[in-house]
Amino acid sequence: MEQGQILQQLTELFRDVLENDDIVLTETTTANDIEEWDSLYHIQLVVAIEKHYKIKFTASEIQSWKNVGDMAKAVATKLGA
Amino acid sequence: MLTDIRSFNTLKKNLKKPVEGLKSIRIAILADSASQFIHQAIKGYGIESGIHYEVFEADYNQIDRQVFDPGSELYEYAPDYVIILRSVERLLKKFYGLSTADKENFADQQAAYMDGLYQQISSQLKARVITNTFPEINDNVFGNFGTKTKASFLYQVRKTNMGLMELAGQRKNLFLVDLSSLVGAKGYEASFDPKMYISADMVFSLDILPYLAKHIHDVIMAIAGSFKKCIILDLDNTTWGGIIGDDGMEGIQIGDLGLGKAFTDLQLWVKELRKRGIIVAVCSKNTESIAKEPFLQHPDMKLRMEDIAVFVANWETKVDNIRYIQGILNIGFDSMVFLDDNPFEREMVKQNIPDITVPNLPEDPAEYLPYLRTLNLFETASFTEEDSERTKQYQEEANRSILQKSFTSEGDFLKSLGMECEVKAFDNFTIPRIAQLSQRSNQFNLRTVRYTEEEVRDITQSPDRYTLSFSLKDIYGDYGLIAFVILNKQDNNTLFIDSWIMSCRVLKRGMEVFTLLSIIDLAKTHGFNRIIGEYLPTKKNGLVQDHYQKLGFTSIGDSRWELDINQFTNDKQVHINRK
Repeated sequence: MEQGQILQQLTELFRDVLENDDIVLTETTTANDIEEWDSLYHIQLVVAIEKHYKIKFTASEIQSWKNVGDMAKAVATKLGA
Repeated sequence: MLTDIRSFNTLKKNLKKPVEGLKSIRIAILADSASQFIHQAIKGYGIESGIHYEVFEADYNQIDRQVFDPGSELYEYAPDYVIILRSVERLLKKFYGLSTADKENFADQQAAYMDGLYQQISSQLKARVITNTFPEINDNVFGNFGTKTKASFLYQVRKTNMGLMELAGQRKNLFLVDLSSLVGAKGYEASFDPKMYISADMVFSLDILPYLAKHIHDVIMAIAGSFKKCIILDLDNTTWGGIIGDDGMEGIQIGDLGLGKAFTDLQLWVKELRKRGIIVAVCSKNTESIAKEPFLQHPDMKLRMEDIAVFVANWETKVDNIRYIQGILNIGFDSMVFLDDNPFEREMVKQNIPDITVPNLPEDPAEYLPYLRTLNLFETASFTEEDSERTKQYQEEANRSILQKSFTSEGDFLKSLGMECEVKAFDNFTIPRIAQLSQRSNQFNLRTVRYTEEEVRDITQSPDRYTLSFSLKDIYGDYGLIAFVILNKQDNNTLFIDSWIMSCRVLKRGMEVFTLLSIIDLAKTHGFNRIIGEYLPTKKNGLVQDHYQKLGFTSIGDSRWELDINQFTNDKQVHINRK
């Protein structure tokens, strides 16, 4: 799957979990850019992404993400493997 | 009641819905792991079920401080329920810090610790305490040999659960949510997300939270007096496989034939519910004589006619028939569960009787029972031996209603019943039943004050309070304890009716007047001249809206009613003899 497509799907998941339809993700989006995105929502986002793609992240993978681009890359890697 | 478990996300979205008009319940959550998600799940589940939980959530891992510091926020908040959630992961850490000798005593110490928490809370609050059992995980330090080794965690965590269960049995206001069996059903791997635990100290996965929230809610609802009392069964393809009218008694599937085992297991389960006090009724589109045949004659039938309180088989609609059953049982639709394999019938009942619980039975009868078990439909907060007698009483009631038709006047009918009532102050034998009645009764309940056994016991000790219990029987059977009143001395001249509760099974038998006469007797004996009653309306007690007026009381405003004993003359005939 391409990065752009994943980004689009992540946007949908973010909108659903954070209950904000105005969210538009780019690769450089971070938690600072989205008001609702706190540590609790972060956990929900991770679980939602895992469920959507039927993949599992490790605790250290999650901690290594610096922005949405890193998230999308991690998804692409898991799906590619 | 919900029969579908919503996802955590859905529950969380409920938090944005308005809560005006919902019943409020104040709870405190004390947890030794991160509890924000639990908080949201309970609140969201509550809103979905019509309850607004007002929540005090203690800071992370503050159980001891909140409980043992008398000036803590917990006591300031004064909740109705204190929910103490403890994780097996933290338990394990405590365990590892101990010497071998202390490990062997770990479970006992844990029970003592929980009792300490409970006693401390009870000394300051009137709250019920709800805590969890622990998932019984094997840390595999000993492997399976842990089952033979007292110093293993497996051994001690199981014993801890047993210890908590014994403790809860002894402490009236301590209740357990059985997380152990919940996790057993879902699997530890599905209930615990190591990643969430490592990064946020959350010990419950998002997927298990709705179930945990449901079980906590179920326990609270049962304590608060809202629970299921009756199960109504469809017959063909619900109680047995096949269609009795087509296949005949020999052709239906029960016992070990084909799918029969699924239906037999379901019947056995329903029979256990019946023994516990759940009323079983039948509602079937059938010819009555044919529908009854298996109950009377089939060797593999587990349910028999004597298990069924009301049996309705005819060609009317299920909606009408369920209303008829409700009329005889005189319990709320919200305390009834209807089982039917046919989605069309289910939908029709749901549409017309929205309060009744109608589980969406799976298509495969093999899955009926496993599915029903997951719904935890029959949560309860009490059990007495009298519960198991209930079926007989309702059958007698059905007989009485048939007999009533043959009398020309109501008075003649009542006289023919030969009713005898025993009236006495509460005693050790009646206190559990009185507490239970105060929990259960919604309709004939003037002020809807709920009492625990302990509180009832305290009332009997108070010099300024008077109690009366009423046990009724007639020629058809024994109703047992069916009514009680609690009276408070308001001043030297005045008695206030704190509680007046009656089981609806004995409506229209003159019990109201009989009870009033007993109250007046008691008042005279103790030198009171004036009785004050109060009606506090709820959604369910409209039945007694005009209660005091009908009995000759005069309104004095603020929903209060007054009776001057010296002015009172009874003009109603009572056909109940005092025993």
